[in-house]
Formats: sequence, structure tokens, C-alpha cells
Amino acid sequence: MLLITSAFFAFIIAIIAGLGRLAKSRWIRWTTNIYVEFFRGTSLVVQLFWVYYALPMLAKAIPFLPPLNLSSFWAGVIAVSLNYGAYVSETVRSCILAVDRGQHEAAIALNMTRFQRMRLVILPQAVRMMLPDFGNNLIQMLKSTSLVSLIGLTDITYAGMVFRNSNIDLGILVFAMMLVFYFLIALPLIWLTRRAERAVSKGMAS
Amino acid sequence: MIWDWNIVKDVFPLIFRAMWLTLGLTLACYAVSLVLGIIWTLLRRAPWAWFRWTVNGVLEFIRSTPPLVQLYFLFYAWPLVPHVGVTLSPIAAAIIGLGVHYSTYTSEVYRSGIDAVDKGQWEAALALNFSRARTWTKVILPQAIPPIIPMLGNYLIIMFKEIPTTASIGVMGMMLTAKMYGAQHWVYLEPFTIVAFFFLLLSYPSSLFVQWLEKKMNRRFDKNEVLHEAKQKGVVV
Amino acid sequence: MTRPMVSYKNVRKSFGQIEVLKGVNLEIGEGEKVALIGPSGSGKTTLIRMLMTLEQPTSGVIEVDGTPLWHMEVNKKLVPANEKHLRNVRKNIGMVFQHFNLFPHMTVLENCTVAPIHVLGLSKKEARERAVEMLEKVKLGDKLDVYPSQLSGGQKQRVAMARALVMRPKVMLFDEVTSALDPELVGEVLEVIRELAHEGKMTMILVTHEMEFARDVADRIVFLDNGYIVEEGPPEQIFEYSSNERLKRFLSRFRLHSVYPLTTRSV
Repeated sequence: MLLITSAFFAFIIAIIAGLGRLAKSRWIRWTTNIYVEFFRGTSLVVQLFWVYYALPMLAKAIPFLPPLNLSSFWAGVIAVSLNYGAYVSETVRSCILAVDRGQHEAAIALNMTRFQRMRLVILPQAVRMMLPDFGNNLIQMLKSTSLVSLIGLTDITYAGMVFRNSNIDLGILVFAMMLVFYFLIALPLIWLTRRAERAVSKGMAS
Repeated sequence: MIWDWNIVKDVFPLIFRAMWLTLGLTLACYAVSLVLGIIWTLLRRAPWAWFRWTVNGVLEFIRSTPPLVQLYFLFYAWPLVPHVGVTLSPIAAAIIGLGVHYSTYTSEVYRSGIDAVDKGQWEAALALNFSRARTWTKVILPQAIPPIIPMLGNYLIIMFKEIPTTASIGVMGMMLTAKMYGAQHWVYLEPFTIVAFFFLLLSYPSSLFVQWLEKKMNRRFDKNEVLHEAKQKGVVV
Repeated sequence: MTRPMVSYKNVRKSFGQIEVLKGVNLEIGEGEKVALIGPSGSGKTTLIRMLMTLEQPTSGVIEVDGTPLWHMEVNKKLVPANEKHLRNVRKNIGMVFQHFNLFPHMTVLENCTVAPIHVLGLSKKEARERAVEMLEKVKLGDKLDVYPSQLSGGQKQRVAMARALVMRPKVMLFDEVTSALDPELVGEVLEVIRELAHEGKMTMILVTHEMEFARDVADRIVFLDNGYIVEEGPPEQIFEYSSNERLKRFLSRFRLHSVYPLTTRSV
């Protein structure tokens, strides 16, 4: 659940930030760059704790804001999606740049507006190139969701830890099961990513 | 007052001291992953298909499960395993756990470097009647290593950012130091912000360095790039 | 000459330190067919790319049908054009590229309808009718639902032409449209251009290395070398009677290396 919600927000953020970094206005480019570098430069665990512990304190200190009560779920979603949004925006940016210049030129020759060129010609091609990397990031994100157990959210890891604490002698089994569980969720993602990779490389060849 | 400089003064030295542990741990994990990565790469080139399959399966498994859970496994469950199980200190568990996890990535990097060497190079070495060892040391590796250096540098940075995970098994790195201070004094904003600041301070310059390295390597290995750029700009028609 | 459709007034273009065009003056009348020839790097492609607004001139003025392309008039002064002005002038111009630049994620029909629908605002039905008509004209009426990757180079280039033609531009630019094609596919593409030329209404500017073809189709040949227009005139004058040394040297080299004899001349 956390994975799906965060992935959803992460990809939206990534596309916006990816476009932002290519924007004409220097102002927009700079803001998105700072966002991306900040979230790529600091660790996800740190961000998670910062959002969960420090952010509510910051909000409390600002007088006009209503008290910010972040559940651990939303703290997790915010941290994970902002973090991965920053990483994936790099993919978005490079894939947009990787679309052949001739495609831009043909679209200009057909007198499309900037917006139309992006929407009708560039993005549909760029998204195809992005798919394998989206898949890889989804697997990374799956692994990262285990970190939210550290701020007390009941995910697979947290549940496993709770179970272990009441059945100490089953320790090996519990941890092995947890690993297998994550692997089982990852398997279809791995498979899809491989397929996307093959599809893209085939598309390039033709 | 939102931001209390007194707390900063109080907690900064603590976190600064913990930084050395975090850095040392990063290097230790990195060394493990680099060496282990080579071993994996060699195993994956073994002549028996079933063996390669097994190795690949194991690597895929390690790669796609969370390092946090792997750390838990090493720290809590490993001592319970009959015969081979030993109790690991948090730091040892961290080094082994993250080292093994990232070795699956470095092995992938090595492989991509070797695969990227043109097939013609192998054939040329064969035509010159080079021995196997000579082919590797004189022809393949000199071409395979330079392009992967930036990639390996990237993994060093990624690993550095993964170290806070080890706080979960009690390694007193920057993260746990900040958290414990926070729990004692019930202030979290300053300690965590300082930790974030340290991470940014250390990893951003390194990532710039890696980018620079990457550009330099690309230029060295693709001299046509300049010409290509000129063509794209329309200078050369 | 009829009224000028395109005119270059002292146009210069530099890329960094290199000056590719060193002051070009050229006027092209409505319905005229002009072929630009010259050695590689002489600036002929840059000349038409500026007309398509893909490249901005460093100085000078380009006019299309009496309107400045890269400038607009504000309070009787010429200022650099904004996107709106560019789009407004650009609608008169179409271009066919050396490397086709078809949209790989769209079928042949979609390639030809996307701009009519989104840029001209035609209904899907109208756009389709127009596109089918043009695709039949380039003899690809049976390939409507095929993707570009399944076509030969010659077919791709004909689709690209149909795609430009559905916009009904007043001026069509052809940028070395046969240079990327296998020799045996050149004929089918040139044939289509020739038919277009013989219809007569459209202004056409061709950058080409096909000398025989240029001679056959063009009303006027413009020879560029080293950033200048060195010689211009009707084909006969250029190919037979010119006394310009550089032009003669260029043409003689071409005769020696000419790969394409005139095999597709119609009538």
C-alpha cells in the first residue's frame, strides 16, 4: 500500500521535476535543481526521521499553521516519494534529452506549439525509454519501504519484528520468511523490468 | 523560537564525532563489496550453466530484498543458526550485511565493463596468439576498468547514504546519535537537520567529482564525441 | 519575376567562431523552384533551416510573403520575434528532412493527421480525408496503419512529404531528401517531387546533390560556396555556360562521382 501510494506520487513528482530542470526559466530550473540535489544528497533514512520527528516541531513553531500531526504512513509517503521523485527526475530529464533532435525539428516544421511538441511528440517517446528505469526504481522503492518500520509503521518488516519478539526461538524462520516475502513481491517487478528493457532495445534497433 | 543555536552547539560535536564512524563504516563496507564483487563476477563466468544460474539467482535474491531485513537477519538470526552461527557485533554485522548487499551491484558493474569491451578485441588478442592471462591483463582489463570507475564512485556515495540503516541494529553512527539525543532532550529538529546537512556536505561534492570523472572518461574513450557535438549544432554539415 | 515569396536580406550566420553564411541576398518568387547546390559546409542547409526557424540568423532579415520572419514590427521598429509571431509566419512553410524524422510512435496515418488536428484544428474526419488524399498521391494509400519502422527509406521519405503537404504550406523546403537513401530508392522519391514541381503552384527550395535532378526540376540554380552565393541563374546557364572557376571545379567533380544517372525522367 505504501509502495503504491509513494510510487504514484514519486512518478508524478519525477515528471514535474524532470520537466522543471529543462524549463526555459532559469528560476524554475534552479529551484528544481536544489530540490533534486538536496534529496539525492541526503540519505532516505535521515529524510524519513526528519519528516517524522523534526517537521511537526517545525510546524508547531510557526504560529499560523494548524498543528501538523503526521501519521507514520504519511511521513513515509512524503519521504519516500520526495526521495525517489528526485532520483527518477534524472531519468525523466535524460530520456527527454535522448529523443532525437530531428523529432523536435519535425514538430517545429509542423508548426506545433512548445506544449504540443512535448505532449504529442517528445513525451510519448521519452516515456517508453524511461520504463526500464521506472521498473528498477520500483524495486529499489520496495526495498526502501522496509525502512518505514523504523518510524513505527506496520509493514512487513515491522510485523515480522513484532512476531519475532513474542517467538524468540522462531527467529531464523521469521527473518528468512521476511526475505522470501520481499523477494516474491519483487519477482514480478524484475520480470516486467527485463521485458521493458528488451522492448526498448528492440525499438532502438529498428 | 524555532531553531535553537544552543542545542546546535550542544549536539554538533557529538554528531561530528559520530561522522568518523559513519565514514569508516562506509569505507569498510565498500572494500568488502569491491572484493566480493570480483568473486561474484568470476563465479558468474564459470563454465557450468547450472552453477551460473544458481549464482545469478542468489545475487538476484540479495539484490531485491531490503538491506534492513538482511541486517536484522545477520544480527538477530545468524547467531541462532546451528553449527555456523556466530554472534556478530553491530559493526561487524553492518560491514558484512551492506558489503554483501552492494557486492551484487558492483559485480553487475564489473560485468558491464567487461561486456562493453568490443568483441573484436578478444578476436584480435586471439589472432595475436596471446595467452588467456595476457589477454585479460593487457587487452581486456585496461579497457574495461576506466569506464566503470565513475560507476563505482557512484556506488560509494549510494552506500554512504545507506549507512544510517545500520542504526536499526545499534551502530552509533550520526543517525543514531542524533536520535538518542533527540529522545533524551525531546528536540529533534536541530539534530536531524545537522545530520542531513552533513550528508549533503559530504555527498554533493563527491557526486560532482564523479560527474566530472565521467565526462573525462567519456571524452577519452569517444574521441568522436567532439565531432558529433559539432554535427548536432550544425557546424559541420 | 512574380511577387517575392521569400527574401533573404544580407543574412549572416555564425556557429561560435565559424561564420557559415557571410551575407546572403536572395529573392525567390511565388511558385518558383530553386535548387541550392554547393560543396559540403557551404551553408546551403543552414540557409533553409533558418527559413524553417530551426536556426536563428546572426544578423540580417528574412521575409516570408512580405512579413519579416525573425523580427516583428513594434512601433515601426523591428524587434526580435516572439513565439507567437514565429508560429504565425511559420504556418506558410513546410519541410522535408534528410533523415525523414517521422514520429516512430505513430502510424503513417497518424503522422499525417496529428498536425492538422492539433495545429490547424481540423476535425478527425477532415484530417483523415486530407491525409489519405496526400498518401495516395505519394502512392502509399495501402500503408495507412503501418508504423514507420516497417517501411523502407524511400517509403518513409514519401510519408514525410505527405505529412508536410497536408499542412498546405506556400513554401516547401527539401533538405537533401535523398542523401540518406539507398541508391535504388532515390528514384521513387524524386518522382514525387517532380510531380509536385510540375503542378506548379508551390514555391519550392531544394538543397540537393542530384545535379541532373536539379537541372530537370528547378527554374533557377543557386551555387553557394564558402558562405557566399557565387553564381545563380537558369539551369542551362549554370551547367553549360558558366565561366566561374569554382563552379566549374565543383561540377566537374560531380560528374566524375555522379552515382545517379537520370533514370526516372518522366515524359
